[in-house]
Amino acid sequence: MSKPLGLVNRILPFSAVDGPGNRFVIFLQGCNFNCVNCHNPQTIGVCDVCGICVEECPGEALQIKASGTEIEWNKSRCLRCDNCIKVCPSDSNPHSQWLDVDFVLEKIRRSASFLSGVTVSGGEATQQPEFLRELFHSIKTDSALNHLSTMIDTNGSAEISIWKSLLPFTDGAMVDLKAFDNQIHQKLTGNSNSQVLQSIQHLQKAERLFEVRLLIIPDLNDHDLMLQQTANWLCQLSNNIRIKLIGFRNHGVRPEYSDFLEATPERLDEIRELFQGFGIQEIKVI
Amino acid sequence: MSLKQIQQKIRQIINNPQLSYRQRMHYLAAQAESLLEPPPISDSLQIAIEQQVICDMHEGPAPHRPRYLLPDYPKAIKQGSDYLELDPPNNLVEALNFLMILYTQTPSITGYPVYLGDLDKVLAPFVDEVSDAQLNLQLRLFWQMIDRVLPDAFVHTNLGPEDTRIGRAIFQLERELNQTVPNITLKVDPQITPNSFLEEAVKTVFVVAKPHFVNHPMMCADLGEQYGVVSCYNSLKAGGGSHTLVRLNLKEAVKQHQGNSSSFINETLEKYVRLTLELMEARIRYLVEDSCFFEHNFLAQEGLVSLDRFSAMFGIYGLAEAVKLLMEAQGSLAKYGHDAEANQLSYQITDRIAALVKEIPLPYCEGNDGFAFLHSQSGIDLDLDVTAGTRIPIGEEPELYEHIFAVAPHHHKFSSGVSDIFHFDDTVKRNPQAVVDVIKGGLAQGMRDFTFNLASNDFIRITGYLVRKSDVVRLEKESSRYNSTVLGAGSEKNQGVTKRNLKRVMSHEQTPRLG
Ligand code: SF4
Ligand code: SF4
Repeated sequence: MSKPLGLVNRILPFSAVDGPGNRFVIFLQGCNFNCVNCHNPQTIGVCDVCGICVEECPGEALQIKASGTEIEWNKSRCLRCDNCIKVCPSDSNPHSQWLDVDFVLEKIRRSASFLSGVTVSGGEATQQPEFLRELFHSIKTDSALNHLSTMIDTNGSAEISIWKSLLPFTDGAMVDLKAFDNQIHQKLTGNSNSQVLQSIQHLQKAERLFEVRLLIIPDLNDHDLMLQQTANWLCQLSNNIRIKLIGFRNHGVRPEYSDFLEATPERLDEIRELFQGFGIQEIKVI
Repeated sequence: MSLKQIQQKIRQIINNPQLSYRQRMHYLAAQAESLLEPPPISDSLQIAIEQQVICDMHEGPAPHRPRYLLPDYPKAIKQGSDYLELDPPNNLVEALNFLMILYTQTPSITGYPVYLGDLDKVLAPFVDEVSDAQLNLQLRLFWQMIDRVLPDAFVHTNLGPEDTRIGRAIFQLERELNQTVPNITLKVDPQITPNSFLEEAVKTVFVVAKPHFVNHPMMCADLGEQYGVVSCYNSLKAGGGSHTLVRLNLKEAVKQHQGNSSSFINETLEKYVRLTLELMEARIRYLVEDSCFFEHNFLAQEGLVSLDRFSAMFGIYGLAEAVKLLMEAQGSLAKYGHDAEANQLSYQITDRIAALVKEIPLPYCEGNDGFAFLHSQSGIDLDLDVTAGTRIPIGEEPELYEHIFAVAPHHHKFSSGVSDIFHFDDTVKRNPQAVVDVIKGGLAQGMRDFTFNLASNDFIRITGYLVRKSDVVRLEKESSRYNSTVLGAGSEKNQGVTKRNLKRVMSHEQTPRLG
């Protein structure tokens, strides 16, 4: 059986912000949420080969492959003008590529001596579970790579069955919780949060919950009452849960959301104290 | 030089508002020495010096002290000093006092001691009985004393590879005091040095751009357990040192060459390596036989340094430009750091130099079995359009791992030190372990020396020593308290190093003479 391909938006061989230590990060293309705070909206959609970007590319760097199922990107002709990303009607981009697991493994192997681990991010990593499972399985069964920790950066929307298939080869997950209140969650992401809460619970029980990331957007999801409910729920899951408070930044978000308020350091500090009041010790604020 | 010219030079020093009193004294002495005849050399060597292929680092024509001296401090502490009329110290206060006195009496090319010892080991016998509060207070005063009394950025101490209470106290202090002096090297042995201690060191770099990290097992294999990293990435035997440092400018050597890269490696390179060694020999003989340093100086008389632990440093620089010129001559645009072909040529060049240096003996170099130590020289501020040592030119560095893969194969050849500087953005501040990972990975790839800095730091590494940006700005107007600041200001202008970053101390090593 041939190994699954992954639609990869970008690979970063060095990252200090995607989990513990220095990490090799693979950003997969495609996300099932549609969050107001998304800083990389061009990773949300999966290309439907409409061909609009091919027409609009000033460098003539793009063409539809003969198969008709993919766009071919000629890197050496590309002017890095990002015009293709601007014109794409599907929040996608033609720079993402279908890569096979072995290709990615080769890149990881070259970097392995400098790494604590590998993180798969997105887009939404768990939207491509076969690729993810094969990649992590290969890492864990390769003696030159199995010292690397495997982490998933996720919106938490995956079904429990997917988690069950991934966890044997996964060391941890960093899960976003955009709002504890389901209505607010719907408003911020376009989706219900019930699966997210279940995922967090499941990961915690399986001892694979690395951290929960809480987005803070002033006036939208930072009401004290909801934050207290969030803290209460989290500390009941575990008394040594690790959380990260992420203040909303409007840099890079889509124009319709760019006038949302940014969280001030003072407000983030208050929120940190609120969570500390519930006995949560490990809190990072960024 | 006519008497008028000499007088003019002296006045330029005396009336220079950017120099402190001590700095003026230093340059006046160098000016006086420069009036002497240098040791005799062959005509072809004379030509190579004039063509700037070979450079004596402006050490002066009459070497009367070794360039770098690494006293055996643990021995000194044990036996005391007759010359200094000091008994062996009995406690921490006495030990710090003893060391400070010894430092002020240790000569070097810069006029300041380049090595303060492995202070975690030197002070180990005295720290158990003092409380944390006492230790911190004593070290703080000692650190201020070092910085104010020995204001030269090449004054250097070593720590590690063990995680020690004193090592942690020093890192803590460094982060609080924000001083340029002393420079620090942490010896790293992945089997011995714990991650948590490495993280302390990395967090210290975030604040003061030091320590520098070295591959302890590799150093021990080349130099033995008793070694020190001094001045500016120079690793030498403790209880010994280096008589001199002469460097070969590979870029200029290629310019004198006619032919392809293999005839350069087989013929021209050999010629210049031999000439460089000729100059080293002349200088070593003058130092040992004419100035008789090892007979007269108390450090030698009391066994704190011994001639048989000395060698001399054969420096190279401008490798990147040499490779570029040789590739161009073959009609190729391949560049060192970016193309396998160019990288291969760079390794062939350093291989050949290393082999020659190991074939041609030098007198009074028993510290390295009768041969010179090879050194990748990190530059002085008079250098123009030439890249330090075996580095990839500033601004042309490839992505981090590729950078390491390109330079690492050179490192094992340079037992007396090699430097490559890496730059991280501020995101690593929240994740020091990420930097620890990269350092360990670099050492595992065969790097001997690893230095990094943050793009945003107030401290900037010019070539290996530190300067504070705020001091360089100040220097424009007034005299800097630190020797290396003057030097850094020169480097800034000549090499565009603020593209990297910036300083307040002086470095006589880097600014051996004024413009
Ligand atoms: S960035 Fe996109 S639009 Fe611009 S040249 Fe490259 S492929 Fe074409
Ligand atoms: S990247 Fe976007 S614009 Fe280009 S073909 Fe795909 S869907 Fe269309």
